[in-house]
Amino acid sequence: MNGLSVENLRVEIAGAGDRRFVPVDGVDFTVGADQCVALLGESGCGKSMTALALMRLLPEGGRVTAGEVNLQGDDLFALAESAMGGVRGGRLAMIFQEPQTSLNPVMSVAEQIGEALAAHRGLAGAAARAEAGRLLEAVGLPTDRLDAYPFQLSGGQRQRALIAMMLAGEPEVLIADEPTTALDVTVQAQILDLLKDLRSRRGMGLLLITHDLDVAREMTLSPNDRVAVMYAGQIVEWAPSAGLYAAPRHPYTQKLFAVLPRLDRRGERLDSLPGKVPAPDAVFSGCRFAERCPAVFARCHTQIPGFHEVAPGHFARCHLAEAAAIPPLSPYGGLSKGEIEGIPGRVEVVAAANPTQTPISPNGGFTNEGSEPSVLEISDLAVHFPIRKGLLKRTVGHVKAVDGVSLAVAAGETLALVGESGCGKTTLARAVLRLIEPSSGTVRLFGESLAGLTGEALRSKRAQMQIVFQDPFSSLNPRMRVGDILEEGMAALLPELDKSGRTHRAAELLDQVGLPTDAAGRYPHEFSGGQRQRIAIARALAVNPKLLILDEPTSALDVSVQAQILNLLADLRREHGLAYLFISHNLSVVGYLADRVAVMREGRILESGSAEQIFNRPENDYTRLLLDSAPGRH
Amino acid sequence: MNFKPVLLWSDALILLLLAVVAAGVWLLRHNETFRAPLRQVLASRMGSATALILAVYVGIGLLDSLHYVERLPDEPGKAAQYSGEVKSVLDKLLTPLREHVEKTYSAPFATHLYAKETMTGPDGRELRDYPRLKHGGAHLADPDTEFWPDVLKRGGLGVLGGMVFWALLVFPLWKRGRAHSALAWTLLCVLVVTGLLVALAPHYHVLGTDKVGQDVLYLSLKSVRTGLLIGTLTTLVVLPLGLGLGIAAGYFGGRVDDVIQYLYTTLNSIPGVLLIAAAVLVVQVQIEAHPELFDTAAARADMRLLALCGILGLTGWTGLARLLRAETLKLRELEFVQAARAFGVSRMRILARHLLPNVMHLVLITVVIDFSGLVLAEAVLSYVGVGVDPAMISFGNMINGARLELAREPVVWWQLVAAFLFMFVLVLAANLFADQVRDALDPKAKGRA
Repeated sequence: MNGLSVENLRVEIAGAGDRRFVPVDGVDFTVGADQCVALLGESGCGKSMTALALMRLLPEGGRVTAGEVNLQGDDLFALAESAMGGVRGGRLAMIFQEPQTSLNPVMSVAEQIGEALAAHRGLAGAAARAEAGRLLEAVGLPTDRLDAYPFQLSGGQRQRALIAMMLAGEPEVLIADEPTTALDVTVQAQILDLLKDLRSRRGMGLLLITHDLDVAREMTLSPNDRVAVMYAGQIVEWAPSAGLYAAPRHPYTQKLFAVLPRLDRRGERLDSLPGKVPAPDAVFSGCRFAERCPAVFARCHTQIPGFHEVAPGHFARCHLAEAAAIPPLSPYGGLSKGEIEGIPGRVEVVAAANPTQTPISPNGGFTNEGSEPSVLEISDLAVHFPIRKGLLKRTVGHVKAVDGVSLAVAAGETLALVGESGCGKTTLARAVLRLIEPSSGTVRLFGESLAGLTGEALRSKRAQMQIVFQDPFSSLNPRMRVGDILEEGMAALLPELDKSGRTHRAAELLDQVGLPTDAAGRYPHEFSGGQRQRIAIARALAVNPKLLILDEPTSALDVSVQAQILNLLADLRREHGLAYLFISHNLSVVGYLADRVAVMREGRILESGSAEQIFNRPENDYTRLLLDSAPGRH
Repeated sequence: MNFKPVLLWSDALILLLLAVVAAGVWLLRHNETFRAPLRQVLASRMGSATALILAVYVGIGLLDSLHYVERLPDEPGKAAQYSGEVKSVLDKLLTPLREHVEKTYSAPFATHLYAKETMTGPDGRELRDYPRLKHGGAHLADPDTEFWPDVLKRGGLGVLGGMVFWALLVFPLWKRGRAHSALAWTLLCVLVVTGLLVALAPHYHVLGTDKVGQDVLYLSLKSVRTGLLIGTLTTLVVLPLGLGLGIAAGYFGGRVDDVIQYLYTTLNSIPGVLLIAAAVLVVQVQIEAHPELFDTAAARADMRLLALCGILGLTGWTGLARLLRAETLKLRELEFVQAARAFGVSRMRILARHLLPNVMHLVLITVVIDFSGLVLAEAVLSYVGVGVDPAMISFGNMINGARLELAREPVVWWQLVAAFLFMFVLVLAANLFADQVRDALDPKAKGRA
């Protein structure tokens, strides 16, 4: 058989005591030459474990307990480790998510590619260098980058160098584990194009592991490509992307589509996927998705569903797929037939199509003079970091992280700040909060300037604006109980509350963000990422702010959890009249939530306007580039 | 009253420390965040066993810290006179060991001296042989035949005594189901060893004698207090300096950081032993210049010990401070610290609530490693001649005394082995106990154990 075939793969990890985790349980698929298979799923579904098992790189304690993997007829699990060393990185290569850490920082690009060439093709000296140069050209890097060290390359260039390294062994199948997740959207588009191009030129099979539905679709456009949706260690749906994206058959896949925020879903509540992925040591008597399925019925709990073919080449692991016609799920709060059809191949941005769903504050223009006073007004704000050199640390120049930004946020309004990494959006947020002292410019909160405020005056202002950070793991002190975390801000900013008042309010807040009240006595690490983000939001709300600065609040979360957080944010905005300064690189989230959008690059605002205007009639070239780079828009 | 209590400076510090710890425990007795980790440590096998061993050491040290002077026999017409020799309760308990002084070296359990002497035999002829000891095995008429039966009999009784005592202690607890098996077994070990020593030590030199014939077991037990003092007091000097300066340098940055870095690089660039030697000599000169301040030799030795602790602490905080500075530099950029700043939480509170608890694991590990290092440093410094007072009994002086005799043939090994054994058990117990404490304080480690 041509390419890679995986049959009935099962991976077990020995846990503490007698516990046995089964992250991958009975996975079958094939990747042919010049074919792309996208393994799609949320975190914890077993997709990375599958890839590591194929490479025979399972972590300690993990082993393959069943199944067979064939690469061009060779059984990989039967090979001796020494022979596997030749296959790994040679016939079967893998690129990883983090380009920062997958290259050795003290070796030049040529040396690292040279290592792979020496190991798999026996090349050395001038021949290796010449071949390394050819590989760099193949991945779109100039050959003068051969002697560059990883720190001299940008994130996208590093990922290209890594791909060049992996191509050195002329792989038959390339496994790409979230290859673009750490990259900016414009760079992501380039890397995806590169992978597509390499695949067709080299006739290479590509196993793409991703959590992003749009990336998966982007990469599986040709008719013999397949998308495999994984859930709880199994492939629950297997289909060509045209069929899958037009009519997903498994309720889980349908839910994944339904929870996606988009511009045309503004004002709607996003569908939610209750519950969480079952633990990898759970024992199942029926369907693995039964606990969370909106269309669940008695059989689901007792009988394990088969893998039914619902359309030619389209399989789903669901009892409902047996009848080859999927009933509408609407009575259960799922998608109606119309909505399923409404998930088009191309996201058409038609904000005005449904006037009942227009956003709460139809605040089109940029400035809002004459109307209600702004909650936040930033004018000409600049943050310059001095570059110091030499023994006496003289200032030789400045890094202009934020360079003259003016913005205004009205009461109850959501202003989104969009930009790629390094454009200064996080620095701007911190300067607004006075966590960093701005170099010049003013920040006004309800018309009062924050500049020069100290002590009590500054403290009273701090109660009016709060921040929610991106990473819910580093934003909560691991050594404090949740209750103490919530009460800390109250103790500092609401002196009128006594201890019992604070405890009472903490319980209220937990309830408001949908967490159990006993959460107060527990430590942050006992909660999942989404729950921790709820705690962070509750902490910010504790002091009754009027403005929340949300710094990428959902980008570390799975899409289903993201939907819950976005719904929570929408509810809070409605209930408390909160204004949001929403910082994000994710355009679909921005399109869903924001009233107005400001596009930022290199410390400056390039363009701002209503969401509808920015998304449909962008004026700036960079804005257009950003919008066009989003996967799924070709 | 035929004795008068004496409060040396170090005793006062120990009592103060005890009072602070006791008050802290009393105040925090209902605090769940304090009790839960404590309970976890004491419930774990390793935690309870090492805690017991540490308690035994601390007990010995405390008994050795209750000092007094004895009243001399009254002379009519004069006020009460007190002896110039300061003794401790431990000395009183170990009176037989203290008073059984031989002429010079003797091996453990020996009945004869380790060196030949010229003696006059019963028939009047002079001969060179190993003389009988004055105390070790003196009750035996014929050591060659009676030695083993006597040792076995006494040893057996001692073991039996220890076991009976253990059974009396543990049995009531066992019936209530509260005895912890690891704790019970450790207690058994401790009691059996104690029983053995109580039965044998008054009649034999269990660990031999040193050059001037002092019982090595007595020396080892007396060294415990010195070792604990040096470890604890120095740590108490190091901690506020290292913690305060390290975290302040990392968190505040800028000028504060510059000054603190300047301080510790300067301190580090001076060879440590040289700095300590110079400081000790200065202190020594001061002590000599003011004899009126110290009424006994013990008080002088004690002051010199305290000075040594202070000097070791003042020169030893740099490592901890540098480690904490680096960790704080990382932590202060983390978002929970930023969030606290956004709440306007005061700087001191951020340092205390957010930074300090998150570096405590580093502090604990460093302190325990330093503790063993300090006990050893004392030995090194005694060798150079700038350690504790030569008259003070300490592991350092024991090792120092044993050093030269290692070259002797046959070798005198027992002094070194005794010091090693006592230090090894102390340091190992402290290390394992600290591991348990660290795990208990780490919320993420819960359920992993």
